[in-house]
Amino acid sequence: MNSRPVYLVDGARTPFIKARGRPGPFTPVDLAVQCGRPLLLRQGFPVAAIDLVVLGCVNVVADEMNPARVASLRLGISDEIPAFTVQINCGSGMQSVDTAFRYIERGTHEIVLAGGAEALSHSPLVLRRGAVEWFAALNRAKSVGERAGMFAKLKPDYLKPVIGLERGLTDPITDLNMGQTAEILAHLFDVSRRNADAYAIESHRRLGEATKNGWLKDEMLPAVARDGKVYDHDDGIRPGTTVKDLGKLRPAFEKPYGKVTPGNSSQITDGASWTILASEAAVEKYGLKPLARIVDSDWAGLDPSIMGLGPVTSTAPILKRQNISVADIDLWELNEAFAAQVLSCVAAFDQPDVTDGVLGLEGRGGRIGHDRLNVDGGAIALGHPVGTSGNRITLHLANAMKRLGKKRGIATECIGGGLGGAMLLEAA
Amino acid sequence: MGRMLNALSQRDLELGPARDVEPTGHFRVAKDDNGVVWMVLDRTDKRVNTIDRPVLEELAGHIERFEKERPAAIVIRSGKAAGFAAGADINQFVGASTAEIKAALDQGHQVLDRLAALPCRTIAVVHGHCLGAGLELALACDRRIAVSDASLGFPEVMLGLHPGLGGTFRAPSIADPVEAMTMMLTGRAMPAKRARSIGLVDAVVEERHVAAAVEAAFYGDLRKKSPSLQARAMGYKPGRQFAARQMRKKTAEKARQENYPAPFKLIDLWEEHGGNPRAMQRAEIDSFAELIETETSKNLVRVFFLREKMKGLKDGSSGVKHLHVVGAGAMGGEIAAWAAGQGFKVTLGDIKLEPIGGAVKKAAKMLEKVLKDPLKVRDALDRLIPDPDGLGISHADLVIEAVPEKIELKHKIYAAIEPQLKEGALLATNTSALPLADLAAGLKDPSRFVGLHFFNPVSRMQLVEIVSHDRISSETARRATAFAAEISRLPAPVGSAPGFLVNRALTPYMAEALVLLDEGIPKERIDLRAEEFGMPMGPIELTDQVGLDIALDVATSLRERLGENTLPPAPDWLTKMVEEKRLGRKTGRGLYDYDDEGKPKKIAPEALPDNSKDDPDMIDRLILPMLNAVVACIDEGVITDEEIVDGAMIFGTGFAPYRGGPVHYARQRGIDGIVQRMKDLAAKHGPRFEPHPGWERLKG
Repeated sequence: MNSRPVYLVDGARTPFIKARGRPGPFTPVDLAVQCGRPLLLRQGFPVAAIDLVVLGCVNVVADEMNPARVASLRLGISDEIPAFTVQINCGSGMQSVDTAFRYIERGTHEIVLAGGAEALSHSPLVLRRGAVEWFAALNRAKSVGERAGMFAKLKPDYLKPVIGLERGLTDPITDLNMGQTAEILAHLFDVSRRNADAYAIESHRRLGEATKNGWLKDEMLPAVARDGKVYDHDDGIRPGTTVKDLGKLRPAFEKPYGKVTPGNSSQITDGASWTILASEAAVEKYGLKPLARIVDSDWAGLDPSIMGLGPVTSTAPILKRQNISVADIDLWELNEAFAAQVLSCVAAFDQPDVTDGVLGLEGRGGRIGHDRLNVDGGAIALGHPVGTSGNRITLHLANAMKRLGKKRGIATECIGGGLGGAMLLEAA
Repeated sequence: MGRMLNALSQRDLELGPARDVEPTGHFRVAKDDNGVVWMVLDRTDKRVNTIDRPVLEELAGHIERFEKERPAAIVIRSGKAAGFAAGADINQFVGASTAEIKAALDQGHQVLDRLAALPCRTIAVVHGHCLGAGLELALACDRRIAVSDASLGFPEVMLGLHPGLGGTFRAPSIADPVEAMTMMLTGRAMPAKRARSIGLVDAVVEERHVAAAVEAAFYGDLRKKSPSLQARAMGYKPGRQFAARQMRKKTAEKARQENYPAPFKLIDLWEEHGGNPRAMQRAEIDSFAELIETETSKNLVRVFFLREKMKGLKDGSSGVKHLHVVGAGAMGGEIAAWAAGQGFKVTLGDIKLEPIGGAVKKAAKMLEKVLKDPLKVRDALDRLIPDPDGLGISHADLVIEAVPEKIELKHKIYAAIEPQLKEGALLATNTSALPLADLAAGLKDPSRFVGLHFFNPVSRMQLVEIVSHDRISSETARRATAFAAEISRLPAPVGSAPGFLVNRALTPYMAEALVLLDEGIPKERIDLRAEEFGMPMGPIELTDQVGLDIALDVATSLRERLGENTLPPAPDWLTKMVEEKRLGRKTGRGLYDYDDEGKPKKIAPEALPDNSKDDPDMIDRLILPMLNAVVACIDEGVITDEEIVDGAMIFGTGFAPYRGGPVHYARQRGIDGIVQRMKDLAAKHGPRFEPHPGWERLKG
């Protein structure tokens, strides 16, 4: 394969803002503009050098079809530069990186802006089917009498909208909520509630440390809303939480015996993230300082009811292709959809019947130490804006590798609907 | 605009069959297959269409031909991208005698009357600016089609006039009469949609549908709005009398009849003749000719030219695309927001994020008010980039420093900024108090350093003082001046002297007001006298508006630098109020108390106690020290051009526009008289009234 080296040269995200039951201060594009503006300002290349803009976004709001294009123009990028949106559910933000990677690798593009944006707080309220029919009939009603008659047919639950987000987090093939798929994994890999809670608390602690130590300073840039409010930290983080606190929470999805609670699940948040990918020629031309080199990437599928194992199935082909094993990976960013799901993945990587038996890894599996896994916390502490997370973990992996002087890292996520995505980075 | 749209936009304007014909004079005229004549006004000598004698004479020639040839219909529109027409050419009135003006008006009216009387249908298509005489031309047609970007208005009242080419009788008979009157009384232009809703135009269409709309007008499908019951009531005198009372009341809230007679004359005209177009036309001509002879109108025309002169100080482009503002306080935030609204990319830096947030909030409010269109507001806010890390400095073509007035702080900031500046970037300060030479000390390249002194609020105060110093390069001064004009503000070049021009002139005015207050004169009376003179705001309220802390600072520092005899000492109670944080409007309490909307709670003048103190010298005590400071500035060479001085004072302080500016006022009133008066006041009240030696030289 004749391919060119591709570098991740910079990136930034907004603080992740917890959804609080009503639309937050920013739409997906607003978020992308908020972190895109300062990111572009700090580049050593002119904005005109960008060849393409790709943005992952799952819950596109009606006013922002093709949010990539809207964001690109609002960022002041020329109207002649194409911009498109990619969607593979929870992997969208990584799919944008993957797309940019492929374009640069094949030699047609030099600098690509690849991001993810999601404002889950802006998920629409959807009318029930019956209510839609009723509104349609009301519109057809001509006389006052007919209209009055229609109102007699109005049922109270027509006015109770369905929350679009709830449907979005349910797999249509199996009708299982994402939390339920995590319950299934917890069962299959024997993850205890206590271990899941302990994992969650560690995620909060690690993110708290990283924030306190300024390790996120260049990665997370403040956002300012129109009402003047400044967002400068991930507001879902609760560093002081104890196992005892989490133990009090009731299962969120499968009462009363379930293990997955709001405390050991990722939070529902708004946030955006951008990465900048560049060819070797661009790096040289503008004197850019790469964070990491993107070596390989892949996607893989499995049954939607166990979608949480996506990181295992999607990492496997990369390990095989690159002929490396789990032990060769110095750092892992494995998206924390659910603590039970992360722990199941860790277990699965270390079970030969899974790794060798199913995935044909021929002994390349192994134990991922906790000191290599999500070293600065993850979505349980800072939230999981679905279309953004894949981008954030890729960017954060690159930053963490650079900070810790590590050679090789994998960013990977599970994807609702039974998919996984993974990306292998090496020190530049 | 991208390259493709830019290339294609030349094709946009629908000119019918006149598209490719050669112009004959200021018009391009051609007939289409249906016999519809398109007349495209495209002045060969100007970038913007104005309506003057040559245009009207040419139009008359065409009309004479149409009277014989009888085309199926006539379409009149403009071939200029900027708009239909900007109005009459004001130059033609300057220096003309009453008889000449009347003759010109009579002739103009005849032309438009003949246009109105043509038997074929006449259709005006207006886009962009359609103002004054331009709108009057459109009103003489049978139908008006407005392109959606059109802005229609009668700005005559701003020049101390009312419409004079038939507007006063045609507008109220075509559009809703009360709305039409309001439009002429306020001088405010209205967007196409609003013009449609009041009946001023018959349709609003996009440019791409102009040809179809013209066809509809031709075949009679474009119907006029039928007048409302209320509108019909205005055909009767009692109805007009009632409405006129309301109009007089509203107008009086904005302008004093003795200072600004035009709107009141217009109301009289309409009340008397509103039902009779012929009589009103006659009366309009007489009234217009009278008004144009008034001092008010002459001075307001002068103000118009002062503005043009200040705009004209722009020589070439500033070359600024990206502005960086250091300091997100009140002024820095305002400057940044205004520039973003004017299309510039702006980074706004501050050591803390909170003030940047506050600035964004205020920017959103201001831009919503000024730009209105939510898309434009969004784009402007996207261009306004919070920049706590100062990333914008190395990209910026101009950096404006707007931090507190502490010289060590400013020096520290310059030392950090200067090495980051890109080649050719300018460094500016918004200081209102510190000498530029002191600020420039320590700069590696002082030649690119300049003062850009804005006034608060930037969105309403048009003046920017361009402050120079010994080591500034002429290129820096040129570019800074151009930048001010590019953001639609008016530049006035001044030297770096204490208070520059505006603060030096305003401070004695405010300081004397405090002395008057100390003498026991009610503050409401002091403010009222100043407002009667024509100041937009009395000195007491102005002090509150500026902020007592800032007023005290400026007054103290000016007194130190200019000498004790120039200004009265600040009263002790002022210092005490500042210590108690009673700072004026911004804290809700100052010399006045303020209500929730930020309006001062004033006692009505007639409700003041009968025995409350007064001083017949009051207005001279307030105004003459201001003039004295202005004269000092001219004499010391802070600012040399008397016209720019007048413009700066009008656009920077609101100095009574109908008086034409302080220097003009002084000359009109008589310099000798003023000097004598000041000597008398000095004998009575102290040396601060001593006339500056510059008065003698001003006599020339």
